[in-house]
Amino acid sequence: MKQTRKNIATAALLLVGCFAGSVFALRAVDESRGNEATLEEVLYLPSSKMLKRLSLGYSGLLADIYWTRAVQYFGSKHLQHSQRYDLLYPLLDIATDLDPHIIVAYEYGSVFLAQQPPEGAGEPDKAVALIQKGIRENPKYWRLYFNLGFVHYIDRNDPRAAQEAFEKGSEVPGALPWMKVMAARMAEHSKDPGTAAALWEGVLQTSSDHSVQNTAKLHLDSLKADLDIQELERRIQIYRERTGSLPADWAAMERTGLLHGIPLDPNRAPYKLLADGKVEVQDASKYPYLGEWLYNQERPY
Amino acid sequence: MNTRLSAITLNTFREAVRDRVLYNLIIFVLLLVASAPLFSQISIGMQRLILVNVGLSSISLFGVIIAIFIGIGLVSKEIEKRTLYTILSRPVRRWEFIAGKYFGLMMTLAVNAGLMTLGFYIALFITQGVLKPADAWMLVSIYFSVLEFLMMTAITLLFSSFSSPIFAAIFSFALFVIGTFADDLRNFAALAQGVTKWLATGAAYAVPNFASLNVISRVAHDQHIAGKLILYNTAYALLYSAAVVIAAILIFERRNLK
Repeated sequence: MKQTRKNIATAALLLVGCFAGSVFALRAVDESRGNEATLEEVLYLPSSKMLKRLSLGYSGLLADIYWTRAVQYFGSKHLQHSQRYDLLYPLLDIATDLDPHIIVAYEYGSVFLAQQPPEGAGEPDKAVALIQKGIRENPKYWRLYFNLGFVHYIDRNDPRAAQEAFEKGSEVPGALPWMKVMAARMAEHSKDPGTAAALWEGVLQTSSDHSVQNTAKLHLDSLKADLDIQELERRIQIYRERTGSLPADWAAMERTGLLHGIPLDPNRAPYKLLADGKVEVQDASKYPYLGEWLYNQERPY
Repeated sequence: MNTRLSAITLNTFREAVRDRVLYNLIIFVLLLVASAPLFSQISIGMQRLILVNVGLSSISLFGVIIAIFIGIGLVSKEIEKRTLYTILSRPVRRWEFIAGKYFGLMMTLAVNAGLMTLGFYIALFITQGVLKPADAWMLVSIYFSVLEFLMMTAITLLFSSFSSPIFAAIFSFALFVIGTFADDLRNFAALAQGVTKWLATGAAYAVPNFASLNVISRVAHDQHIAGKLILYNTAYALLYSAAVVIAAILIFERRNLK
């Protein structure tokens, strides 16, 4: 009896030892595999039609796996501040081929694709292609038209295409009335940063995802800071015309009545007044999209 | 190896070889490999690639199927036929019975893999007209398939040691599927937080990882497989299989056979 117990204890110890060893060995396997990972291998099977057949009818499950892989791929690249997201579109394309009704893949996938690197893949045309595919497959889902208009306006700087998207979306039964408002704003104030702010506000209100909400807030803050800086620099020019010199500080501007108090940025930090009359934010890292709007305005689309 | 263990090993091997299902599967695999050149006629410039993918995938998949279907009956069949009592009434320890069954099935699978490899290389030779040095990389993939069989046999034996053949087959197949997605599970664990992270990490290491053993696509594209990967995969498969076989022995030791 005693001998049996001893044998069992030895076997149990061996089991634990072997299992712990297998964990270490698996870690060593991972290290030796390096960057060669599942995601790279995924595209050895780039045909979604073939994948659909291989899934034996469980294409929905496979679509979920591909969508998860797309998110993981985007997340890991994003953390590395990568400038390239080569596999993102193929992964999204496969996921949406496997399950054409996977709405999140169109909504968030288009945001991942459209934003400029390192925030996203910087491929707004592919984002448009993805949403258009989503609209073809889900014509009753009006929010995809909003996504389409959004990408056309914000990332492709094409207000006419955006107006068309909002108009078409507003015709879908159940679409919110502000889709019509957005279409009208596109027509009237296509170059208005306030329109861009309204679009981001729409994203902030309609998205339930935390990271998308965070991105929308960063865009809104950056737009607000852009507008503030434009306005402050305009007033500095007025000061210069009146006094013949640049203001030494905000107090000098206050004394002439051009300002009421020290101007604060959206994060409640005072703006920096530079010696050459330019204005900057205190912490640029809180405004990653600063100047993007002005840059977009000059793009010859 | 002691004589009792080798006797059980050889008997398991003989019994498996006599099994008709086994022969059918070998013939089926050989037919599949032979038909690969025919499949490639309908594609352009893919003849070798299709042959390699079909051939190596067949070797891997059919090996796993054999491991499951033979493995599930290893213990239960002996109980059903009451031959287990005859064996255990002799000076054979329970752990020797389980270990012998494991080595016997592994022997069967190794012989199978060898036959399939032979058929595969014949098909490759027919397709290309010559065997190139790069074709030797296919052997690494086949070796990894054998490591996969090593783990699958251990898993099947574990389930076979305490459940019915049908449930053992279902559990084993489910674990095989989970194991092929082990990388996804670990990616998920890496991105999760809090308790979910711990649970997912534990689950990711507890299930077998077959993802790193599948290099078929890489060798099909003549990509080099690092020596380190071969070494670590070998260590992993051996240790994991040993842990599972010991677990099977522990369960079987405590099982009431009355």
